[in-house]
Amino acid sequence: MSPIHYVALSVILFVIGGVGVLVRRNAIVVFMCIELMLNACNLAFVAFARMHGNLDGQVIAFFVMVVAAAEVVVGLAILMAIFRARRSASVDDANLLKY
Amino acid sequence: MTTLHTVAATGALKLSWLLLAFPLFGAVVLLLGGRRSNRWGHLLGVAMPVAAFVYGLIAFFTLLGTSHRSQDLHLYSWIPVAGFQVNMNLLVDQLSICFVLLITGVGSLIIIYSVGYMSHDPERRRFFGYMNLFLAAMLLLVLGDNYLVLYAGWEGVGLASYLLIGFWQDRNSAAVAAKKAFIANRVGDAGLSVAIMLMFTEFGTVSFTGVFGTVGSAGSGVATALGLLLLLGACGKSAQVPLQSWLLDAMEGPTPVSALIHAATMVTAGVYLLVRSNPILALSPDARLAVALVGTVTLLFGGIIACAKDDIKKSLAGSTMSQIGYMTLGAGLGPAGYVFSIALLLAHGFFKAGLFLGAGSVMHGMNDEVNMRRFGGLARVMPITSVTFGLAYLAIIGIPPFSGFFTKDPIIDADFTEHGTAGNVLGTLALIGAGITAFYMTRMMFMTWYGRRRWEAGAHPHESPPVMTWPMIVLAIGSVGAGAFLIVNDRLQDFLAPVVGVPPESHGFFTAPGLVALAFALAGVALGWAMYGRTPVPSEASRGSLLTVAARKDLYGDAFNESVLMRPGQWLTRLSVYFDNRGVDGLVNTLAAAVGGTSGRVRRLQTGFVRSYALFMFFGAALLVFGLLVVRL
Repeated sequence: MSPIHYVALSVILFVIGGVGVLVRRNAIVVFMCIELMLNACNLAFVAFARMHGNLDGQVIAFFVMVVAAAEVVVGLAILMAIFRARRSASVDDANLLKY
Repeated sequence: MTTLHTVAATGALKLSWLLLAFPLFGAVVLLLGGRRSNRWGHLLGVAMPVAAFVYGLIAFFTLLGTSHRSQDLHLYSWIPVAGFQVNMNLLVDQLSICFVLLITGVGSLIIIYSVGYMSHDPERRRFFGYMNLFLAAMLLLVLGDNYLVLYAGWEGVGLASYLLIGFWQDRNSAAVAAKKAFIANRVGDAGLSVAIMLMFTEFGTVSFTGVFGTVGSAGSGVATALGLLLLLGACGKSAQVPLQSWLLDAMEGPTPVSALIHAATMVTAGVYLLVRSNPILALSPDARLAVALVGTVTLLFGGIIACAKDDIKKSLAGSTMSQIGYMTLGAGLGPAGYVFSIALLLAHGFFKAGLFLGAGSVMHGMNDEVNMRRFGGLARVMPITSVTFGLAYLAIIGIPPFSGFFTKDPIIDADFTEHGTAGNVLGTLALIGAGITAFYMTRMMFMTWYGRRRWEAGAHPHESPPVMTWPMIVLAIGSVGAGAFLIVNDRLQDFLAPVVGVPPESHGFFTAPGLVALAFALAGVALGWAMYGRTPVPSEASRGSLLTVAARKDLYGDAFNESVLMRPGQWLTRLSVYFDNRGVDGLVNTLAAAVGGTSGRVRRLQTGFVRSYALFMFFGAALLVFGLLVVRL
């Protein structure tokens, strides 16, 4: 199995994640889709590291995980706060900051 | 051609700064002293000019007793810049001492007279302060040894005249007249200032000695330009056509101010400037001809106006314009005319001050009435004023042996010998002017002093107090004798010769033009008697001929200024405002509105929906990746 299949898988996962972010209204699902996109990127990084024979991609994959973990912490906290205030987890309901 | 050679001042002349210091001190004390100096203010105001006059006499006799009659007193270095030195120097020479004596002498008499004339005015102290300031500025003007100091005095005179013409500032007409005088003067001042700049660029100096010494090598073009610019300056201060319109309105000031402006200061400044600059005029026959032309036009212009005015002061103002026209004409004749121009100026100082003070005395007795149609038959009730006025009258119309005859006729006479054909034309016009002078003065005499009493009800004319009559008596003596004293035996001519040169030849006193001028004057007197002496004067003015109507309106001088200068100026400002509002502001406002409108629409993109932002980001990122790929491949 050549690494190019992994890249293809990562593209598929990334597109699924991106479409999910754009079309879903529930903030939790949007969040999960973002995680999916991040992990698609990780997969691509690891695949490229394998293709090029160095460790750079693998190292960056660890960094992305750290960032993703931090982002989940902050993001879920915001989500909790919004849900408490508005009794809704829909991203379309939180639209006060506009023109 | 004459040049100026000066020596450092010695002896009593080392104190010539006192001439300026006395009136300046008076002005400063009176203007800053406030109400505290009300009680004794007029005494100080009189004492300072008199002290200056006494010192002027001392300086004059010191000058007579020495062979160095052109003495320069260095006070301090005013503008010490490398390559450009202007010193605050006072030049006491034959010409300036003549003016000093005239200014301080006649000025003192007028100020003494004012003590009586202004006795009921609550602002008398301020009046005396301004009068002192006026004298100080005028003295600085004639004593400066370079054009820049002269200019400082020149502007000071303009300021003081503004303050004095508008002295009764609660009257709108006085305020307007003061502004008008100031603005008309500014036009002339511009000419003088440009002349000074031209001197600086051409010669690198503005001192009289420096300029006169090098002007000869600069070519006649520069001399002509300088001459014409100086003429413009002189036109402003001396109320010559085309800058004459302020003089008639200047009558809004108190009568002693009119006397001071017309006799001793202000209007003589232009003549002084021209005569002082004679080495420049000597190099340019064209400029001289222009000067003579302006003088001739003005002497007729002023005379015609004086014929039609019923206001005694305005009639006298027209007369002043006319007489200054004679002086300017004299200054345009070169060495043949300078001496007589100055002689007429000095004699005029006496008789015109006498006439104005006489008019003031009449007004004082007649509740400030100025309309001559309301006078008549005053000779009985105001004997002293009428006699002094009559002597000044004989002097101004040029009856021998009064002073006008000796000083005005030589100018007319010299006219026929200078400037070729043009000179003959100018001389003929000057002769006609002599007839006009006699006519309007005779008219004034008969309307004021003789004939039926046409007084307003309630008028109780009375002779003025001695403090007012004595100055008039002294001035009358001057009007009688000044001309003969200055001209007979060539006294003034010999005295002034080093400064202004010698007239080519003397024709004696009873030359052909002189006799014709006398005949014209007698004809004018006869006409005046026929129209205003023999037939009674109506109390209301008749409609009058076309010329009379024009002359009553100052020969449309104001109308001309208004339609040619003021209206186009207003149109220009309106056009500028329109252009500014619609053009400049319009462009800026349109741009601002366009930016505002566009951003108002673009703002709608901020919907508040996170998912649409995310869509934009995806498209943006896709575009970025696509762009990178395109660049790479």
